[in-house]
Amino acid sequence: MSAVQNVDSVALLPAYLAAGTAVLVLVTDLLLARPRATVVVAALGALGTAVGSAAVGAVGERRTFCVGADCSWIFGGRAALVGAVVALLTLGVLGLSAPALRAGRSPVGEYCFLLACSMTGGVVLGAAGDLITLIVALETLTLPLYVLVGLRRGSLASAEAAVTFFVVSVVATTVTLLGAALLYAVTGGLHLDRLGALLAERPELRGLPLTTAAVALLLVGLAFKVAAVPFHAWAPATYDGAPLPVAAYLSTASKLGGLVALLAVVQRALPAEQTGPVLAVLAVLTMTVGNLVALRQRRTVRLLAWSSVAQAGYILAPLGALALAAGRTGEARSAAYAAAVAYAVFFVVLELGAFAGVTALRPVGADGGTLDDLRGTARRYPWRGAAFGLALVGLAGLPPGLAGLFAKVTVVRALLDGGAGWLALVVALNAVIGLAYYLRVTAGLWAPTTTPGVAVAGGAVAVPVVGVVAVVLAVATVAAVVVGVAPQLVLDLAGR
Amino acid sequence: MSFGQVLLVAVLAVPALGAVAVAATPRDRAARLVGTVAAALTLLAAVPLVFGGRSWVAWSAGAPAVRPWHQLDLPWVPGLELRFHLGVDGISWPLVVLTALLTLLCCAYTMWRVPDGGSGRALVALLLVVEVGILGTFLALDLVLFFLFFEVVLLPMYAIIAGWGGADRRRAARKFALYTLFGSVLLLVGVYVVVAAAGTADVVALTGGDGLSRGTQLAAFTLLALAFAVKSPLWPLHSWLPDAHTQAPTVGSVVLAGVLLKMGTYGLIRVAVGVAPEGARWAAPVLGVLAVAAILVGSLVCLAQADVKRLIAYSSVGHMGFVLLGVATLTATGIQAALIGNVAHGVITGLLFFLAGAVKDRTGTGSLAELSGLRETAPRLAGLLAFAAVASLGLPGLAGFWGEAFAVVAALQVGGPLWTTLGVLAAIGGALTAAYFLRLLRQVTHGRPSPAVGGVGAGLAGAELTAWVPLVLLALAIGLAPALVLGVAEAPVDALVGVVLP
Repeated sequence: MSAVQNVDSVALLPAYLAAGTAVLVLVTDLLLARPRATVVVAALGALGTAVGSAAVGAVGERRTFCVGADCSWIFGGRAALVGAVVALLTLGVLGLSAPALRAGRSPVGEYCFLLACSMTGGVVLGAAGDLITLIVALETLTLPLYVLVGLRRGSLASAEAAVTFFVVSVVATTVTLLGAALLYAVTGGLHLDRLGALLAERPELRGLPLTTAAVALLLVGLAFKVAAVPFHAWAPATYDGAPLPVAAYLSTASKLGGLVALLAVVQRALPAEQTGPVLAVLAVLTMTVGNLVALRQRRTVRLLAWSSVAQAGYILAPLGALALAAGRTGEARSAAYAAAVAYAVFFVVLELGAFAGVTALRPVGADGGTLDDLRGTARRYPWRGAAFGLALVGLAGLPPGLAGLFAKVTVVRALLDGGAGWLALVVALNAVIGLAYYLRVTAGLWAPTTTPGVAVAGGAVAVPVVGVVAVVLAVATVAAVVVGVAPQLVLDLAGR
Repeated sequence: MSFGQVLLVAVLAVPALGAVAVAATPRDRAARLVGTVAAALTLLAAVPLVFGGRSWVAWSAGAPAVRPWHQLDLPWVPGLELRFHLGVDGISWPLVVLTALLTLLCCAYTMWRVPDGGSGRALVALLLVVEVGILGTFLALDLVLFFLFFEVVLLPMYAIIAGWGGADRRRAARKFALYTLFGSVLLLVGVYVVVAAAGTADVVALTGGDGLSRGTQLAAFTLLALAFAVKSPLWPLHSWLPDAHTQAPTVGSVVLAGVLLKMGTYGLIRVAVGVAPEGARWAAPVLGVLAVAAILVGSLVCLAQADVKRLIAYSSVGHMGFVLLGVATLTATGIQAALIGNVAHGVITGLLFFLAGAVKDRTGTGSLAELSGLRETAPRLAGLLAFAAVASLGLPGLAGFWGEAFAVVAALQVGGPLWTTLGVLAAIGGALTAAYFLRLLRQVTHGRPSPAVGGVGAGLAGAELTAWVPLVLLALAIGLAPALVLGVAEAPVDALVGVVLP
């Protein structure tokens, strides 16, 4: 074997595009110093990354950085899907940020650069073939967000949120790294597929207490990133303190990143007998606690944050089928992974729509406010209200939000195919709890504002919608409708 | 595409497009008119579904138990076993026509009177969306599609109750939504228990339960029956119904009681019993006991009700108990009784809610204590109320009789100590039904006019008569010629019973 590796630059194209975007944004900001140009460069870069990911993924799986049969970079169907979705979400978040950036709430150059860096992490994450690449990519995704969360000038809540997020996230990373190190100590491998093969071939390794500890640490560390209960407490505080678009990014792209990382280790590296029960417990706890606490929320973003905790539970639920032998057959396993990815895709579309809806219904640069601030807004702004309502109803999983309905159906189906009927019932009953608060927000949008006792603080002033935000909201809504009518598109992509 | 397939699509597409057209029409009155026209066209498309396509009705060994007159089968989401498979036969057609008729009457009624709370335009649009969901449920021959349409109804109905309802509407609407969703998520799990085991969601292929193990059938029937028991509703899962029916605006109550509840009983016959017959045989005694409990509890609670709308709402619990008893016997007589009971209840209770709404609109109260002597001031309204009440309590010659009488007969035919007891108890429940309706009439129509009733004028609006007369005529027609419903239903019910009872 030659010491010089062949590097397949085509496979790396999406990563080049994403990283190039970040560099270009920085340079544009330095040289031109015109906010508008910086934002346009970032947006075009994100779009290019999305197109590049899709184009490279369409050709077929490409691998590079290989040692023997084990590769560190595997750009296949899922990597392309993740890369494209993360890039598009970045584009959407950039659009949502436009009014706040124009108002000078945050420094434009830094904001766009950090967002592009985070996007790079997300794109690399999908293609990561070994534990080090995976963890570095996940950190590249997360690290810029510490700063972005705190980037709202003169806001104490924002700074607090950033510190909370930072501390929790660093601890989670440490735990993940420890897990990876222990796993390396046990097996001597770092490549995901190699780990998987080693643990499958040598049952005596699986029985070691050290392996169990390593698996547990790895899963727990990654569970922090998707905000799964009991590692979720940072999410509501962080979302609520962060600027709205950053909260949107946290609950869509960042959560998707956490899921992809979790899926990569669960699917390829770790023994399902050990991960299955842990994931089943995590899923049940996450959806139940998330939904129950969301019932009591009065602030919009906190409610969305808790609901997004609950949604993480639904995303993890199909993986819980691995706990049973019936769920570990080849077919049931691939169905479970595909269901988790499909749910995540349906979810990020709807979640982006929901955050875009909040942004469009709130004054420029404002935080999410309380639910009373949104009361009756749909009567004044029927289109924006309807789009927001559709996203919420979709998150609840009911028609006319067909995307959300099919998402739930996909999960339930995968669980029943894997013989985990009890978990399907838990998912189903949680959907009922979820409806209670989604319905409260949605019905509030159309409630008459003349109810005594409700101040019309946010309502008295007209809220003009900024063009870009309206476009993001419209695109997210159209996307939700399209994947709702033709869910097979998502199911096909998720199954690749 | 054959003519029948065009009609099937039209039955769903016309109200759906109608709802869009209503929402897009700026002027309120014009929009309501557009909605009414759409509802009328839907009825026109639904009625001729009965013609044609029945040349191969004759029973032959090996033919599927569900033999639709017309069907349309298109792929939609293969990854979830979802096909856009519609069809109509003698079990679903009467309910389809009933739905189309009641929606038309409700839309026409809305032309004349819009309840407080929101624009008439939005109300009509929502009524049409509800109609799409209900019709889709009755027409779906794919389990997943059935579930999908079942869910479509939920939020628009919630909005109708929460937007145009009475004083306590929000709580009632929320209760309705959460209860119903509880039912429909169980339906979702039940559907996929069947689909995961059988590998198909085609109702035609699944009816008869071939290829499903006993364990799967028991699990599936339990889940499906629970889901439909919430919707029907079966005691003790009925507690959403009185609140929702009482708080909903008149047109909402009519649709709720008239056809929404039938989604549950129809689902029980077509999906639960058809797909998991072994589970049905296993659970039939439990279902029968609960149905009779519903009859007795419903009647006893009605005897103590102090509000007209609430009384009628609770009477639905009792009437649906008869329907469920009919289904639980799993005999041809029983299922026929259930089907005609369904239709009769839809017609009569729809009429009763219209009349209760009219009384409440005129007097400003629904409290029985404040109503008396209606026949002195409004003899025609009182007469119609008496007609509807008598029809509802099951007087022979009117529509309500057949369903109740034959449910009892079916229970007695099954025989054995359990079913004989159930039949006798159900008959006692029937007598109690008569008691509370007569109490209602004595209180509301007889006696000296109370202050609230004193100022009521004798006249009836043209729109009211337009909405009520078809229902009065139907109640008479079905009562005198039950073959209108039973004739079309006979062959499919025999085929169903043929596979359920080997």
